[in-house]
Amino acid sequence: MLGSYWESVAIFMGINCLMGISLYVPMMAGLISLGQGGFMAIGAYVCALLTKADVPFGLALCAGGCAAVIAGLIVGTPALRIRGIYVMILTLGFGEIVRVFFATFEPTGGASGMGGIRPLTQLWQVVMVTGAAVLLVWRIRHVRFGRAMIAIHEDDVAAEAMGINLTRTKLLAFALGSLIAGIAGGFYAHQALFIDAGQFDFMRSAVTFLYVVLGGAGNPFGPILGAAIVTLVPEMLRAVQDWRMTVFGTLLVVMAIWRPGGLLPTLRSHGA
Amino acid sequence: MLLQQLVNGVMLGSTYALVAIGYTLIFGVLRLLHLAHGEVFMVGAFAGLQLVLLWHFGPLGALLGGLIGSALLGMLLELVAFRPIRRRGNSHLTPIVSTLGAGLVLQELMTKYFGAEQTAFPSNLHTVIYDVGFLAVTGTQLFIVGAAAISMILLHQFVKRTRYGIAMRAASESIQIASILGINVDTLILLTFAVASGLAGIAGVLVGLNFSAISPYMGLDMGIKGMAVMLIGGLGSIYGAMVGGLILGMVEVLSVAYLESAYRDAFTFGLMILILIVRPNGLFQTGLKVER
Repeated sequence: MLGSYWESVAIFMGINCLMGISLYVPMMAGLISLGQGGFMAIGAYVCALLTKADVPFGLALCAGGCAAVIAGLIVGTPALRIRGIYVMILTLGFGEIVRVFFATFEPTGGASGMGGIRPLTQLWQVVMVTGAAVLLVWRIRHVRFGRAMIAIHEDDVAAEAMGINLTRTKLLAFALGSLIAGIAGGFYAHQALFIDAGQFDFMRSAVTFLYVVLGGAGNPFGPILGAAIVTLVPEMLRAVQDWRMTVFGTLLVVMAIWRPGGLLPTLRSHGA
Repeated sequence: MLLQQLVNGVMLGSTYALVAIGYTLIFGVLRLLHLAHGEVFMVGAFAGLQLVLLWHFGPLGALLGGLIGSALLGMLLELVAFRPIRRRGNSHLTPIVSTLGAGLVLQELMTKYFGAEQTAFPSNLHTVIYDVGFLAVTGTQLFIVGAAAISMILLHQFVKRTRYGIAMRAASESIQIASILGINVDTLILLTFAVASGLAGIAGVLVGLNFSAISPYMGLDMGIKGMAVMLIGGLGSIYGAMVGGLILGMVEVLSVAYLESAYRDAFTFGLMILILIVRPNGLFQTGLKVER
C-alpha cells in the first residue's frame, strides 16, 4: 500500500503520537514529566526480552507496559508531594537513572545495546493502539477521573476540598501515562530492531515534551498534531541534510514566538 | 588518597555550582527553566579555547573569553528565545520549546565549526605541581578551585552590595512589585542572563582545563546536572546551588573511586531524588512560590 519508507515513517509517527499522549495524560493533572523516555526504555527492553523468549507480541507489549507502570508508580509516589518544576526535574532524574541502568546492565547488552529483535511491529497495530489512545484522551475529560484530573490541575487544594482523592488521581494519571509510554517503547523496539540506552536519553523525553507544547498543551489533539509535525518536518528537511538540526531548532524558536500557547487552542473543560 | 579524591570532588563540584547558580538566578527572576544553559556553558568553553588557539592567551585570558562569550550569548538568548514569548502572554512551558530549539542550533553550529570529536584544550598549568607533603596539587587544580571561589565571592558581593544585585534579589521576590518600585525589569532580566551565562562560561573553561578536552556535546550532560544541583540546593537559592554543587561533585568522585564507576550518574540522580523525598524544597528552602 504505502512504500516501505513511508510505512516506517507512519509507524514512527504513531509511536511518537503515543509518546505525546503518554505525557499529555499526567499533564492533565498538572504533572509534567521530562522523563517519558525512561518509561519508553523500560517498555522497549522488557518487550524485546520477552519476544526473544518467544512470548507472543501482544502479550509482550502488555508486559512492557505493565513494567513501565510499576516504574511509574515508584516515581509517582515522591512526585505526589511536589509540583510544577520539581516534578519535571524529578522525572528528568528518573529518566537519566534508567538510561544509565540500561547502558550498564550487561544482561540486556549494556553499552553495546540489544540487537536481533524481530520485526513484529505492524502499521495496523500501531494505528489501532494510537486510535484507542486518542479516543481515550478525547473522552477522558467527560468521565469522573478526567474531571478530577482537570480539577487538580486548576487548583489542587480546592479539588481536595471537593472530595477528590489527590493521591489516587495523581498516581493513576502517572501510571496511565507510563503504560502508554511503555507500549510505545515495545512498538519502537520491534520497529527499530536495535535498541540501546542512548535512544532513550534526555533528548527523547524533551522531544516528547515538544510534541505536547507545540501542538497545544490544553487540547487533546495537540500532542497528536505536535508528534506528526515533529516527526515529519525533519524527514522533509532531508534536502538540507547538513543543517537539519539548525533549521529545525530555528523553526522551534519561531513557532514558540508565533504561537506561545501551541498550535491548537485550549479547550475549556465545561465548554466541551 | 581520600584527601586527593576530596580535592577532585571540590574541583568538579565547583564547576557544577557555577552552572547551577546560573540556573537558579534565571529561575529566581523568571520562574523558568532555561534548557539551552548547558549549551551556553559549552559555547563558553569553545570561546575560551579560541582565544588560547588564536592569540595564545593563558588560562586567565581564556577564562575572560569564556565569561564574555557566554554572557553575550546568554543575552542574545534572552532577546530571541524568552523576551518575545514573555511579550505575548506568559506561558511558562513555551520557553522550554524555544530554548530547546536554540540549544539544538548552538550544538549543530559548534559541531560544524569544531567537529563532533573532542577538541584538545591546551594549558601550561598541568606541569606545575605543588607538593604539600600529604597532598600533591597541580597548577590546574589550584587554578580551577581559585577561579571558582573568586567568581562566587564576587557574585556574593554583587548580589549583596550593588544596586543591580539588590534589584535582582527584589525581582526574585516578586517581579511585579519590583517593577512597581521603579526597577526596569527588562534591563534587569537581560543583566541576570549576562551574569548567569557568564558564570556558565567560566565553568566551561574550567571544565576544559580540568579534562584537557571539550566537545560540542558536553553541554547536555552539564545542563542536566546543573538542574539537579539547583533542585538539591533549593530553587532560587544561590548558596544552595554552591553547596549542592559541592555535594554532587563529592558524591560523583567518591562513587567513582569507591563504588561502581559506570553507575556514577545513577548515584547523582538517586541522591537528588532522595533529597527531594526528604526535603521537597531542597536543602536551602527559599520563599519562592513555584507556579505551575
